[in-house]
Amino acid sequence: MNRSITLGQYLPGESLVHQLNPRIKILALLIMLAVLFIVQTFHALIFLLLFAVLLLASSGVPFSYFLRGIRPILYIALFALVIYFFFNKGGVVLLRIGSVTVESDGVREGLFVVTRLVALVLYSLLLTLTTTPLSLTHGMGYFLKPLSYIGLPTDEVAMIMSIALRFIPTLMEESQRLMRAQLSRGADFESGSIFRKAKNLVPLIVPLFISAFRRADELALAMEARGFRLGARRTRLHEDIIAPRDWAVLIFVLAVLTAALALNI
Amino acid sequence: MKSRPEILIEARELAYRYPGEENISSPAVYGVNLSVKRGEYVSLIGPNGSGKTTLLKLFNALLAPTEGEVLVEGISTTEEEKQVEIRRSCGMIFQNPDNQLVATTVEEDIAFGLENLELPSSEIRKRVEKVSSALGLKHLLKHPPHMLSGGEKGRVAIAGILAMQPSCILMDEPTAMLDSKSRQDVLGAVRHLNREQGLAVVHVTHFPEEAARADRVVIIDQGRLIEQGPPSVIMNKLQLLHQLGLQGTAPSELAALLRKDGFSIPEEILNCQELVQSLCTSELKI
Repeated sequence: MNRSITLGQYLPGESLVHQLNPRIKILALLIMLAVLFIVQTFHALIFLLLFAVLLLASSGVPFSYFLRGIRPILYIALFALVIYFFFNKGGVVLLRIGSVTVESDGVREGLFVVTRLVALVLYSLLLTLTTTPLSLTHGMGYFLKPLSYIGLPTDEVAMIMSIALRFIPTLMEESQRLMRAQLSRGADFESGSIFRKAKNLVPLIVPLFISAFRRADELALAMEARGFRLGARRTRLHEDIIAPRDWAVLIFVLAVLTAALALNI
Repeated sequence: MKSRPEILIEARELAYRYPGEENISSPAVYGVNLSVKRGEYVSLIGPNGSGKTTLLKLFNALLAPTEGEVLVEGISTTEEEKQVEIRRSCGMIFQNPDNQLVATTVEEDIAFGLENLELPSSEIRKRVEKVSSALGLKHLLKHPPHMLSGGEKGRVAIAGILAMQPSCILMDEPTAMLDSKSRQDVLGAVRHLNREQGLAVVHVTHFPEEAARADRVVIIDQGRLIEQGPPSVIMNKLQLLHQLGLQGTAPSELAALLRKDGFSIPEEILNCQELVQSLCTSELKI
């Protein structure tokens, strides 16, 4: 269960990618995603995909984690492929089944979109797998900072997000336990129509909510007992310093992206 | 240097009633006079719902007394602006370690309290380093809480409190959800700190064997302090303990049974060693 969701699951490591400043990583990812949408040629796209694979390899995170992260988008990819194959016309006719044709432009564009999607997810996974969720939220909090001037409590939002991330695996374990408990009493989560299945989930969801609220209560108490006060100033374990190394990496990434854009022509 | 009072926590005629509680005749805590000395290890025992947890929360300023007062290092817990200081010097550890780990990695969690104290980053790192090596957590610093075992989670919870350099820790059944190996793990760490660094401990427990290893045992029932004294005395008041649904340690229970059968065994048996010794030295009269 814990394995099937890797998004937002940090994997400890010591590589360069792990040690980069999260703000730089987020910024690099944003630029990277923008470029992924700008490029229109296969050369550039494959180049970016290879760069992603290179970065993944350098991060030391096992490939299986990335494969697992890609799995959820397989259906979307498949769906997109089907749509493009059958409904995008132009070029040479490759396949004809009755009145339905698959034409080369459709195949080309379908593959292009799917490759782009895979590259997109890989880059995002690279960020979430090598950055602790906490520094990730801190990093995002930094980019949201301007919003605090219009009264948005950005520090609190960052705290809420990090606590949510902290409890996702815990609650997943819990739901698994509840599910087993209900299964052992003859509950059925597998068979029946989709409505029947949804209805059968009620005995799972109600206790899960109750326990989540109880946890929240205890957590709030524990936080208070450790001196947490809403709105109070806090310091950080890890100072948020952008080192020369971070700048160097950012420049390197920009260089690679420029190369990709050059290939795009 | 400021002179430090010998009494760390002092409760005077302490009473607490939960808001909205209908039954006025039975407050959660009532008329408790209790003091904890610097470096002392106190066990609190009592049946479920006797007010042990409420008492700890009163000591930690999480609850404000309805009547009477609690002084922590001479400061009343009702002084709002001193609350953070009180919580720093009297750290509290809750029953379920899972629900008190706030952060997504061990080191961030240990640092949580220190961040609230607004310590500079370098100082926080120094303390996290020190505490984690003292509790054998160094290899786990970057791990997320859900990848830890029960005993490790318990130790992280304690580390988070210890990093704040308290003079006392309040533990609310920190071992109730652990297996026996993890239990010894966690309590061993606490006992070591108590002996080596003079950390005072107030330990709520359901295990007679744990209570027996304290300097002083306090029995609470229905919010009132029933009895207190050294474990060798309290844990042998079997009649009182049984009345409250509690038990003495296994050796003390066994000693009582043997006494009934005519063995001459002294009254103050706590552990196996003492029992064996007294059996070997006494003349058997069967």
